[in-house]
Amino acid sequence: MPTNIILEISRYRPEAEAEPVFQSYEVPFRKDWVILDALNYIKDNLDGSLSYRWSCRMGVCGSCGMMVNGTPVLTCATFLEKFLPGPIRVEPLKNFPVVRDLVIEMSDFIRKLKQVKPWIIREEEKPLSEGEYLQTPAQLADYKQYSMCINCMLCYAACPIYGLESSFTGPAAIALAQRYNFDNRDQGKKQRMAALSQDGGIWECTLVGECSVVCPKDVDPAGAIQRYKVASTAEWWKSLLMPWSAEGRGQSA
Amino acid sequence: MMTQNPHYTKHHPRWHRVRMPIFWWVHKWVHMKFILRELTSVAVALYALVLLFQIRALTQGSEAYANFLAWLKTPGAIVLHAIAFLFAILHSVTWFNLSPRALVVRIGKKRIPDAVIAASNYVAWVIFSAALAWIILVD
Amino acid sequence: MKKSMKPFWWGLFGAGGAISALFIPVLLFLNGLAIPLGWVEAPRDEALLALVKHPLTRLFLFALISLSLFHWAHRFRYTLYDGLQLKHLNELVAVLCYGSAMILTLFAGFTLWNI
Repeated sequence: MPTNIILEISRYRPEAEAEPVFQSYEVPFRKDWVILDALNYIKDNLDGSLSYRWSCRMGVCGSCGMMVNGTPVLTCATFLEKFLPGPIRVEPLKNFPVVRDLVIEMSDFIRKLKQVKPWIIREEEKPLSEGEYLQTPAQLADYKQYSMCINCMLCYAACPIYGLESSFTGPAAIALAQRYNFDNRDQGKKQRMAALSQDGGIWECTLVGECSVVCPKDVDPAGAIQRYKVASTAEWWKSLLMPWSAEGRGQSA
Repeated sequence: MMTQNPHYTKHHPRWHRVRMPIFWWVHKWVHMKFILRELTSVAVALYALVLLFQIRALTQGSEAYANFLAWLKTPGAIVLHAIAFLFAILHSVTWFNLSPRALVVRIGKKRIPDAVIAASNYVAWVIFSAALAWIILVD
Repeated sequence: MKKSMKPFWWGLFGAGGAISALFIPVLLFLNGLAIPLGWVEAPRDEALLALVKHPLTRLFLFALISLSLFHWAHRFRYTLYDGLQLKHLNELVAVLCYGSAMILTLFAGFTLWNI
């Protein structure tokens, strides 16, 4: 068991340099340390200027996504031991502009998230007097997988199509749209479909499938997108052949 | 007390954007596999056209059809068909393996496993292939 | 909101992918390899012609050939777009791909109609 391991970290200080550079740090190797522990060690002991995002350190907040040896991972969930003997290359999440060091600019993702309206949409709000929405375990099972998304954006980093085409809505946003589409309390399918099935939207996806491979929460955004394509196509034909039937009445609770 | 509407220039750091190289797909085997998978459509469409021309030759009389059959027997044609066959198989396998993504069937709370959906595609493939072979070969 | 054509092309792509995945390999294997190489006995010309002349056969072949072409058109268009980053030629590529699929479909229809 080695005592130390080297991390090669991408540094980018816009006030000082035009391009990112790699800087090497030697950190203690501990069997139970994750990449985030190594980054915190560097910040506390070696180089306080290193900038990066993290929060919960247990894989639920989605803050600490970075590229480790070319693969997008949650640094709080990736052990140093996996990369022995090193060195380990740590870079900011791919396909996003880099603000500084390992911090990326995520407003494009936030904008797309808002576009899919990730909340329960009702045609008419149910008054309190009518009581709660009822949902059986089977109805919960319909969308539960897609509700597990922690917005970590690893799927965006893994998706080459998102890297090529910025108008692509992206895996997580579409999976979250589906989380609400499949929720029996929601009646907003039509509103979401209008936003997503236009050019751009979901149609850039060619099912590379890497998004589902890297997802730390097994959301399977690739599956969510394919199902949306099928639903969207069916809806296209329905509106052509039966224009009188309006989609989006939704299921009532 | 702060002045009303202070005039200041918002600091905007220069973000670093990385452009994807044209041949991004050669750097990772996963991406190469993806491009190969997509290119299977070329082999499939080309064979569909060969099939069309074979039917056309068949309807143009025995001499035209004999010429076509003779071409099929040439080493060049055999090699091309063998390569196309590999691509066609790749298309079928990747297509059936991905079919569970688009087709989610749930009975009550339980979801039909992906493997079952994929397997039923393979079973259909075998049955249809056997049926077609029988129709063509058995007089 | 202008109705996007993307779901339509994707639908053709999906149908073409499914029908070609199921039927192309066996036809390719028999007609392109097994029969020319003599692994199986070739069917008689007359029997084959009778089979092909059947309206159901012609309908099936038309569906198989046409859908395989549209499957290629949609998929290849995106492969060029993503694989070679031909964004600036987007319109041209789309017209060439879907256009050639349409023309070849017409040719297939014409051929199969006039057997």
